[in-house]
Amino acid sequence: MLIIPCPYCGERPELEFSYGGQAHIDRPLAPSDLSDEEWNSYLYVRANPKGRHAERWRHIHGCARFFNAVRDTRTDHILATYKVGEPEPEIPA
Amino acid sequence: MTTGHFRTPSGGRIDRSRPLRFSFDGRSYSGFEGDTVASALLANGVHLVGRSFKYHRPRGIMGAGPDEPNALIGVRRDQGRYTPNLLATQTELYDGLDAVSQNRHPSLEKDRMAVNDRFSRFIPAGFYYKTFMWPRKAWDRLFEPRIRAAAGLGIAPSESDPDSYAQRYAHCDVLVIGAGPAGLTAAMEAAKSGAQIILCDDRAAMGGSLLAANQVTIDGAPAARWLAGMLDSLAGMANVTLLPRTSAFGYYPHNWIGLAQKLTDHLADAAPGQPRERLWQVRAKQVVIAAGAIERPLVFPDNDRPGIMLADAARTYLQQYGVEVGRKVVIVAAHDNGYRTAHELKDAGIDIAAIADIRGDSPVAARARQAGLRVLTNAAIDGTTGKLRVASITLTSGGKRETFACDAVLMAGGFTPSVHLFSQSRGKLMWNEDLQAYLPDQSAEAERSAGACRGHFALDEALADGAEAGRSAAEAAGYPFRPAIIPLACAVAHPVGGGGHIGAAPTSDPSRPKAFVDWQNDVTAADILLAAREGFLSIEHVKRYTTTGMATDQGKLSNINALGIVAEATGRTIPEVGLTTFRAPYTPISFGTLAGRARRDLLDPARITAINDWAIEQGAVFEDVGNWKRAHFFPKNGEDLHASVARECLAVRESVGIFDASTLGKIEIVGPDAAEFMNRFYVNAWTKLGVGKCRYGVLLREDGFVLDDGVVGRLAPDRFHVTTTTSGAARVLGMMEDYLQTEWSDLDVWLTSTTEQWSVIAVQGPKAREVIEPLVQGLDLSPDAFPHMSIADARICGVPMRLMRVSFTGELGFEVNVPSGYGAMVWQAIWERGQAHDMVAYGTETMHVLRAEKGFIIIGQETDGTVTPDDAGLAWAIGKAKPDFVGKRSLARPAMTDPDRKQLVGLLTRDPRIVLEEGAQIVAPAAEDRSIGHVTSAYHSSVLGKSIALAMVRAGRARLGERLEVPMPGGSIAVDVVAPVFFDPKGDRVNV
Repeated sequence: MLIIPCPYCGERPELEFSYGGQAHIDRPLAPSDLSDEEWNSYLYVRANPKGRHAERWRHIHGCARFFNAVRDTRTDHILATYKVGEPEPEIPA
Repeated sequence: MTTGHFRTPSGGRIDRSRPLRFSFDGRSYSGFEGDTVASALLANGVHLVGRSFKYHRPRGIMGAGPDEPNALIGVRRDQGRYTPNLLATQTELYDGLDAVSQNRHPSLEKDRMAVNDRFSRFIPAGFYYKTFMWPRKAWDRLFEPRIRAAAGLGIAPSESDPDSYAQRYAHCDVLVIGAGPAGLTAAMEAAKSGAQIILCDDRAAMGGSLLAANQVTIDGAPAARWLAGMLDSLAGMANVTLLPRTSAFGYYPHNWIGLAQKLTDHLADAAPGQPRERLWQVRAKQVVIAAGAIERPLVFPDNDRPGIMLADAARTYLQQYGVEVGRKVVIVAAHDNGYRTAHELKDAGIDIAAIADIRGDSPVAARARQAGLRVLTNAAIDGTTGKLRVASITLTSGGKRETFACDAVLMAGGFTPSVHLFSQSRGKLMWNEDLQAYLPDQSAEAERSAGACRGHFALDEALADGAEAGRSAAEAAGYPFRPAIIPLACAVAHPVGGGGHIGAAPTSDPSRPKAFVDWQNDVTAADILLAAREGFLSIEHVKRYTTTGMATDQGKLSNINALGIVAEATGRTIPEVGLTTFRAPYTPISFGTLAGRARRDLLDPARITAINDWAIEQGAVFEDVGNWKRAHFFPKNGEDLHASVARECLAVRESVGIFDASTLGKIEIVGPDAAEFMNRFYVNAWTKLGVGKCRYGVLLREDGFVLDDGVVGRLAPDRFHVTTTTSGAARVLGMMEDYLQTEWSDLDVWLTSTTEQWSVIAVQGPKAREVIEPLVQGLDLSPDAFPHMSIADARICGVPMRLMRVSFTGELGFEVNVPSGYGAMVWQAIWERGQAHDMVAYGTETMHVLRAEKGFIIIGQETDGTVTPDDAGLAWAIGKAKPDFVGKRSLARPAMTDPDRKQLVGLLTRDPRIVLEEGAQIVAPAAEDRSIGHVTSAYHSSVLGKSIALAMVRAGRARLGERLEVPMPGGSIAVDVVAPVFFDPKGDRVNV
């Protein structure tokens, strides 16, 4: 079980959290203006990296807040967590 | 009763003043406090303890610890307390212990299945896959049942487990796994820094190899005295927790370690209520793995007879338990531990017939000869004899072949570091050519290995390595730097180091096939060579094809020799062949330990409503809806489901029924932007919904498919009472939170789940108003004042009420929401009032039928995640003028507007008595090979006197009046496509 540092509550075990998929995919402000291709890409196209992945988590059995985390998909180590709206932090390799 | 003929007159760590009686396969024996079942059996001269898995060959005790492959026993305390597959080497003796052997029919001495051994050439590796391919039908009826009866280890207990199991979470600075020399110094050095330490060991006594280190001194003291002092010091430190009988079975991400602690298995009588085992889930800042090493057996013909065992196990039985494993012993060695064992056994008066070293001459060989031991060097091991116990071994050395009579053969193949936990932690192993071993290299977690498990086999090295590991672990956990301690001075009579042999041992008779690599799974060197010949090059494939290293072995004894054989056969080096993945658990643990308290009622707690007790008293039959217990129907006078539902339905249509709708999800949405939030979230237009009015809301996913629905009432300009489906409540709230927190942070809105705050009592039927009106205070229920789709806060029976005039039945209906603490009281009051009107209580089945008669969909029944609002006939609900809502853009995608999509329709069977099967496929008469839809709901409608169904059919709305067919095993059923509203299509009955 992973330890995930919630940016609001601190380190907590994984079972207090729910996963929310890839981070930094903003819902388009005017979806009607988008082509089918663009909308399709918003709906369905996701990264599947081997390595760093910025992703959404929710501290559902805690503060219930959504936040973002950078996780290394090879090791499951959480490299950083940060609040919604903040940019993905630079992490030295 | 048999007494211990093979017990030494003195010595060992057993308590000779406390004899214990026990039985094995019905025969009585005695042992002493401090014995394991294995040591006590050996003390009684019993080596034969099991039959092998596949060939049913007689097998004896081979090891003295968790590496034991053969001595799997069942221990019975009573009907419910039978534990199979215990390692006799790890099962502590208690007075009255009742053990049985496994995998033999009818007895160990006479086993019918032993015939397998004579036909072994017909059952080579992979024979299942080759033999039972054809005919296909024979597999289910003939082959599989017989294989199942013959396969498997042990017999599962038939009764429910009467014991309780505890679970604990723990945090520590340094977890030290293994209390051998390295683990002890690691724990001590780390503890001196002030760090919080947990030291665990899977044995009853801590000390590891020191428990049998009789010819060793540390710091000038005998090892036993040094050990006692060390354990006393550790036990006296407040920051140290010692956990004996505790196996570290799994290493999980972020330094999460699973420990299984045995609490009562060693006791003759445990106190009532005392947990049998405890699962520790330890989160450690730093971990020191001091798991030690396991001696490798040698692979030579017929190396599996009872009496053939590991050299260090024989030494351990002598020094720790005072047990002689034989009277006349031959030692086969590829490692100096063979000589150490020979010296120590000889000193105890055991006759060493010969030491056969497959290596050349050496100083240790010369020293052994000086001590009067017979040593054969460059020896080949040609085979053994003996039926139920080894009787002789044949060796070739210097061109001379010689057979030695013996009652035990001890194997010293070198030591394999126990890298299981390190490997589980995803650490990278590196092959060490000098030590001929895989050693921990790069760590993936905050851990370090120390001692023999990383190749430091010599005692002084292990002690120093442990100390440094403990010191540095404490430092890494944030405690101040302290210099390493001065290494302890050790005097070891017969030091041993690394090296040894990997693969098959030399033999002058390679034609003999039964040279075992994996005793537990009956895998021979020939099996592995066969796999290599058949093209299984990857060691992972060899493992699966031959089953080597599976089951409780998990590679402990067998892996490295199998690797060596594959490497040699395929002309590769061992690192080129690679290593199989080590998997948890390191040793077997019970299901009870993992389950803990999560059993029976606590496995998956039930959610119940305030009306639950009433429904039970009324004899309701319940169904599970998620975790909710819901009344399915209320049978009277022995009615079945059909009769009960028919009666309930008619009563609602004719007079009035009462239904517990408390499980519906409820969310209160409050704030200045509440209406804007609703507009963006649901498909409907909410701005113009008046205060005190309700509207049926439809929620889509962003991909345009219907996710949930429910009635929404507006209580104030800035306050909505939203209902969701029972099972969708958490999902909808989570999705609302997601959009509010991450997409629409501009909106000023609060969401509160109120599902459990309200009891919801649905009163439905023409008499509904008459029933509740006298109970309601402060609200005019007349049709004009409180029409269909109204909502208001008032009082009922003197308590606060939120009343909704809504109907999921098509009848005049009210949903009485009261704080759930009042739910039972208000329900009872309405029920009593309703008796004058022949009120019935109805369950979820009647609710389903009534809504189907009205063509109302149920999420998850008519919808399946691929249904758009238009498909479900709900396009009318969409607020057309809204620029955006969740899922709107997707509805404009070409596939979503295809006229050939499946659409909701009604079906009437030509024969009104036939009720269709939900899920049945639908075809057109002209094209019976192509499904054009499926039945989503089907019931007998008692009010209509016929069967009705809802279905999703391609271009369904264009097919009204068409005849279709529902093909079933008994023949096709003819149906007519109709509009999905079967009863009161104009909806007059709700507006009364």
